[in-house]
Order: sequence, then C-alpha cells, then structure tokens
Amino acid sequence: MTQAVHEAPVAAPRRRLSVSAIAPFLALALICALGALANPRFLSFDNITNVLARSTFIATIAVGQTLVITGGGLDLSVGAMAAFISGLTILFLNSGLIDSMPLLIVSAMALTLAVGALCGLFNGLTTTIGKIEPFIVTLGTMGIFRSLLTWLAQGGSITIRNNDVRAAYRQVYFGDLFGAPYPVLVILGVAVIGAFILYGTAYGRHVRAVGSNEDVARYSGINVARVRTITYVLQGLCVAIAVIVYVPRLSSASAATGLGWELMAITAVVVGGTRLKGGVGRVWGTIAGALILEVIGNIMLLSNVVSEYLIGAVQGAIIIIAMLAQRGMSGSR
Amino acid sequence: MPRPPETRSQSLPEAADPNGIVNGALVLEAVGLSRSFGPIEVLSDVSIAVRAGEVHAIIGENGAGKSTLMKIMSGHLAPTRGWLKIDGARIDLKGPVDAERRGIVLVHQEIMLAPDLTIAENMFLGREMRRGALVNDREMNRRAEKAMRAFGVEAPVNVPVQRLSIAQRQLAQIARALAVPHRIAIFDEPTASLTPVETTALLRLIRELRAKGVGVLYISHRLEEVKSVADTVTVLRDGKRVATRPASELEPLDMARLMVGRDLLALYPPRAPAPTGEPTFEVSHFAAAGFDQDASFSVRPGEILGFSGLVGAGRTELFEALFGLRKGGGKIRLNGEAQQWRDARAGMRAGAVYLTEDRKSKGLLLEETIATNLTLASLDEFQRGPLIDRAKESRALDAAIQRFDIRVGDKNLLAGQMSGGNQQKLLLAKMMQLNPRVVVIDEPTRGIDIGAKQQIYRFIVALAAEGRSVIVISSEMAELIGICHRIIVMRNGRIVGEVAGEAMNEHAIVVLATGVSASAQGARS
Repeated sequence: MTQAVHEAPVAAPRRRLSVSAIAPFLALALICALGALANPRFLSFDNITNVLARSTFIATIAVGQTLVITGGGLDLSVGAMAAFISGLTILFLNSGLIDSMPLLIVSAMALTLAVGALCGLFNGLTTTIGKIEPFIVTLGTMGIFRSLLTWLAQGGSITIRNNDVRAAYRQVYFGDLFGAPYPVLVILGVAVIGAFILYGTAYGRHVRAVGSNEDVARYSGINVARVRTITYVLQGLCVAIAVIVYVPRLSSASAATGLGWELMAITAVVVGGTRLKGGVGRVWGTIAGALILEVIGNIMLLSNVVSEYLIGAVQGAIIIIAMLAQRGMSGSR
Repeated sequence: MPRPPETRSQSLPEAADPNGIVNGALVLEAVGLSRSFGPIEVLSDVSIAVRAGEVHAIIGENGAGKSTLMKIMSGHLAPTRGWLKIDGARIDLKGPVDAERRGIVLVHQEIMLAPDLTIAENMFLGREMRRGALVNDREMNRRAEKAMRAFGVEAPVNVPVQRLSIAQRQLAQIARALAVPHRIAIFDEPTASLTPVETTALLRLIRELRAKGVGVLYISHRLEEVKSVADTVTVLRDGKRVATRPASELEPLDMARLMVGRDLLALYPPRAPAPTGEPTFEVSHFAAAGFDQDASFSVRPGEILGFSGLVGAGRTELFEALFGLRKGGGKIRLNGEAQQWRDARAGMRAGAVYLTEDRKSKGLLLEETIATNLTLASLDEFQRGPLIDRAKESRALDAAIQRFDIRVGDKNLLAGQMSGGNQQKLLLAKMMQLNPRVVVIDEPTRGIDIGAKQQIYRFIVALAAEGRSVIVISSEMAELIGICHRIIVMRNGRIVGEVAGEAMNEHAIVVLATGVSASAQGARS
C-alpha cells in the first residue's frame, strides 16, 4: 500500500488544552498574591481556613454542576434546592422523632442526602424523559423549591429549636480533624470523588461523550437519558452535602438561604475551564473557580479599595473575563 | 465584470503550453504557491493556470494539498510563498470576500448552511432582496426554486434546511455559491454525498458554466467523474504538482497511479463465492416511521449484501429504524430469535451493529482521542472494578491500529484531526470491538481517498470471510458491484428489486433505482 497518506494538517496545536487547564490555578495564585500584598492578615491561618470553609457550599455544589454541564445540561435550581433541603433538615431535627442525639443527626444527614437525590432525580427525569430544555426545567424547579421553603417557614425562617442539638451539630461546620476543618475535608472529598467519577469510570466517559455529541453517544449504544439523569441526581447529592455543612453554620433557613448560589456555582464551573456547552469538564478547575470567587470577596472585605457591596459586580465581571480568556486561548473566533 | 483584453503570462511556461486544450484567456493563475503550517510544508511550489471556459480538475490523495491550494486560491488562506494572478496581473487576496468581489466563488465541501433557515433564506443570506423595508420572500423563493430546478431537483425551498437530505443540502449550497456573479468557480468535492442522478445534473451544470466561459477548478475523488467533465487534470502528491495533462490523455487508472506514485493493485479484492447457508438475519415487513416501506430481506453468514438507490430512497432511514435509532416497526429475526431493538445498545447485545454514513457528526467524537473513540461502544469490556482499564484500552488501540492500518504518527491525536480514511477505519474498528455477527455499513467510502477505499473493501471482504453477515449501503454503484454478492435496490422508500451474479451491472441498477428505463444512463460514465 501507499505510504503517501499524511494526516491533513490542522492549524491548531493539539496540546493547547493544557494551558486552559492550568489557567484557573494560575489566576487563583495571582489573586492570592495580590491579597497578601493588600493585607498581610490575608495569609493568616485563621483567614485561610475561614475562606476555605466559607467556599465549601459553592465548591461542593459546583462539582455537581461540573458533571451536569459536562453532560450537556444545566441546573439553575441548586440555590433554591439548598434552601428547601435545609428547611426540611431543620424541621426533621426539630421533630424530636429520635431521642438519641448522634442517631438524630446521622438520620438527618441521611434524609438530607435522600431528599437531594430525589430533587435531582426530578430535574433529571423532567429534562430527559419530558424532553424539555434543562434551562426551563430548572428555572421552574428553582421557583418551586424556593416557594416551598417560604411556605414551610411561613414567610419567616426555620431555626433549630433545641440548643443541645444545635451545639452538637455545630461541630460539623466548626470542628476539625487533626487540625483540618471538616468543611475543608468535605471539599477535598467531594472533588476527589467527582474527579474519580468523571475521569476514571466508564460512566464519566459516557457523560463526556453525551455532552460532546449526543448523536455519537446514541449511535454508540449509550443510554443518553440515563447518563444525563444521573448527572442531576449527583448534583442533588452535592447540594445535599453542601446543606449538611451549611445547616450547622447558621442553624437556620429562610427565603434568603442559598440566594444566588446557582450563579456562583455556574461561574465557578466556567471559570474553572469546563465548557458551557458540554463535553469538557474540569473538576479541580471548578474548585479553583469557587476559591477564586470566595478569595476575591474576602480580599474586598479586608482591603478598603472597593466597597464590599460591589462583590456581586466583581463576581459578574469575573465570569465574563473568564469566558473572554477561554476564547483567547482557543484561538480567534 | 470588466475583463482586460488577452494578457498572457510569461511566468508559467506550462500554462501557456501550446497543447492547452482550451483556448480561452488565462483568468486565474497560481505562481509557485507554497504554504507551511508550523514546520510542515503542506504545499510546495505549485503553479497552475485556469482559462476561461476550462474545467481544470485537481486530484490527489488526502493530505496531498488540494484543499490548501483551493483555500489559497479562494482567499481563505494566504500563501507562505508565491502569488496569484488574475487576468495576468498579480493580486493579493485579502480574504474570501475580496475573492468573491473579484469573481472567484468557492463551493465548500462541508455543508455551511444555517439549519433553521430555508434554502431560499440561506441562498440570499446577507444579501436579501427587499421590497421597501420588508424582505421580498416571494421573489427569493421563486429564484431559489429556479436555481434548484437547474439541478433537476424538486426541493422545497421554504422548509428549514435541516429537514432536507444531505444531497439536497449539498445542491442548495452549490446553488447559493453560484448565485454570486462569478468568473471562476471552485468546487471542493461537490459530489461526495450525491447519487448518480444528482451527480449527472451537477456535471451538466458545470458544462454549462464552461460554455459560458467560466473557469472551473474541480476537486474530486471520483476519477471517472473527473475523466468525464475535466479538460485538464493536475495531480498533486505530497504537496507538489506531479503532472498537468489534458484529461483526454489520462484514463482513471493513470490518474490513480499518478496520485499514489506507483502501481495500484486491483481496486476490489477477489470475491468469495456466494455463501449458500441458511440466512441468520431476517427482516420482514419492516418500515421506518414516515415511510411506506414494508421491507423484507435476509442475509446469510459470509454474505455481502448491497443496498443501492437514489438519495431519499429511504435506505439509511430503514436501517436506522431497524437499529432503534429512529421510529419504525416490523419483524426482525437473528439466529432464529425474534428481536426488537429500542436503541443501538439492544442491537449490539444481540450481535448487530450499524455504522453511520455521517461519521463526523454521528460516528466519532471529533474532540476526543482515538482510544476514547475506539472503546466508546464497548466500554463495559474495559472496566476493572469501577475504573477503566487503561492498559487494556491501550492494547486494544495497538491491535486496532495494526488490524485496520490506521495511520497516525501520534496515538494521542484527536479523531477530528485524522483524515477521512483513517476516521472511517477507526469507526470500523470501534464497532468491531463488539465482535458483531451482523455488520451494516452505510456509505463506507464517502469522501475518502482511493488508497483507503481499497483497504476498506478488503476489510469488508475479510469480515464476510470470517462468517459475519455484511450489509453495505452505498450511493456508488461501482463499489457495490465490485464487492457484493447481491444488491437490493430501493426507490421511494420501497425495495423494488434485487440483482445478483451476472445481472449486477450499473444499467440494471439505474433502471430499478429510477423506475425509468435508461433515463439516467451515463450517470457515472
């Protein structure tokens, strides 16, 4: 046979992706350096652990969002879902159904996870079986979840009534294991499991395939609806994990709980280098993205250059800058 | 379009060669064009000249530099060295718009139409006709219809393009390109997804362009077509021009020889005798939704069964419905067991696979690696505990590269960076990971070069020799006749006949496919 067959030249260099893969970490390092310059207190142990702990909610939810977006979906309901599940968890803790304190808290956690998975399952089945755009479905459930909480709280807030329960559960947010605060361990754990699923398992590869090209996945015998639905269930579980850590922090849930979390989670995902239209997911990039958001907020509080009331504006600007940077890296379009 | 009087170039001895077949003035010349991407020179010192009223074919294997040359000549790419001349005067094209302004139009190989807009809307995109402040839809529809009718195609010009067949879209794209005033038309594999009837219409249109004095540059893999329509043939190999000759002096086999630089073995491998065993895959009274098909047929182990027909005959739809990829119903029996496949996975479990005709958007993940694509349909086989067994995957990749002669310098290449031939081999390798008993291959050689085609034919014959039942759907009658034991012909969604043995010839197939005796004769001659 002829040896004259050459690969058609492709103008784009192949390993370009690695640049965009490390970009979020470079950005995070740069922002931390700026933070240290602006205020020496930024690098103190207390401040760092505080920032990490506060970023737990968004980071955890954003790992789930990474899976959903990589699979070609989107979940706008996560903030409202967090509020709704928080309310249910606290109601259960207040119900006094179980006398044993440790058992009560563990049962509450299990219930939280189950409700989260169910909420995700509902989102997933409605988009896949109902064949409705995820944007619309989760916009709908966002309203439903938020409104359910407001109804449960009768317009006010739901608070853990029993002081003993509150004190015991408090440890989950404020406690530590050999000096490592639990929330930090939670971020690590969720990210490791998320990365394991996405990069190591056949299911993770199916998620990427479905997000990359649904037709190719279908013609390859992949059950697209099932793969997508499971991403929403995993997202629901991530929201539940965030709630487990969130409830002990304030011991209360109200209509303001989790407000805007969906936008922060999506921002973290996109800043981390995951492609918004699916097919490429970066779990560790998402963690970096979530930290960037939290660190910038923290720096704005510590320094007096910009009013902290502008945090939302800065975070909004970040997502736009991240998109521009991504486009710049993937060649001019 | 202003055209200066006869200005002859002195820079191109060969173009001014007295054996010039066409006497028109030189309209477009490429002088010593080279183009590099990074360190790789994909085009080196290529000069060609096109005259008014000449059809100049450019042929070569994938990677020979044809597309790069066409992109430079149509202003999509700047040369690293060399330049272009129009009417003997040196010019610098500033981009495709500039080229179009100077009368050079390019008909792209890839379909570039907005899928939600109609043919008419696409055709006039960016230069809509107006009546006052509103767009004049009626007039645009009328003109679009007229342009499509020039191809002998009755395509609805007012439905979204995505509802049309690939062939109809291709023709709409050609019509759109030619709607711009032009003196030079560049066609990049325009017939890759057309069937004989549309191909004939397109070739007729090209001859009309020639008669009007348009200079035509024509790229194609189909050498018979080149022979029939071209005046001059330029052969590229490895980015260099190896020959420019009058088409009358070259037979298709000579062209193929020049392209690969050595003698080719016979295009089709020797045919095994038709197997006589009992059929193991039987389909009866099957129909894809929206078609009145009532299709019944069966295949034996070791048999290669062809499916021929015009575009829109419903061949792809029938098999996609069989494999649960679209709606449909009927009876399927495999090895005596009744089957009903709700999705591709079900067919795979039963031992049957379908290789799509649309390898770029339905067959392969273009942004993923070769290995990821190879194992995508059979990932269950590559699991160890919860994880993917990368070592096993890597061994499978090596084996597939070996068996299907997938030619890649770097195994980390993305599927989208491979040539069409290698993509097709990869798609075949991917589905063969499932070790199926029934293999359906839709358009196995569309848009791939002759060397890779020859290999694909050998693979298909080898699959049958291993005792598998193979079904080949193709719009190229010659290849079906070359490799199949039997050919079933479809028309308007229905099976209208079957040819086998001595009766397998293009005439018989065309008569069945069109339903009109001798109407499309010479389609591929």
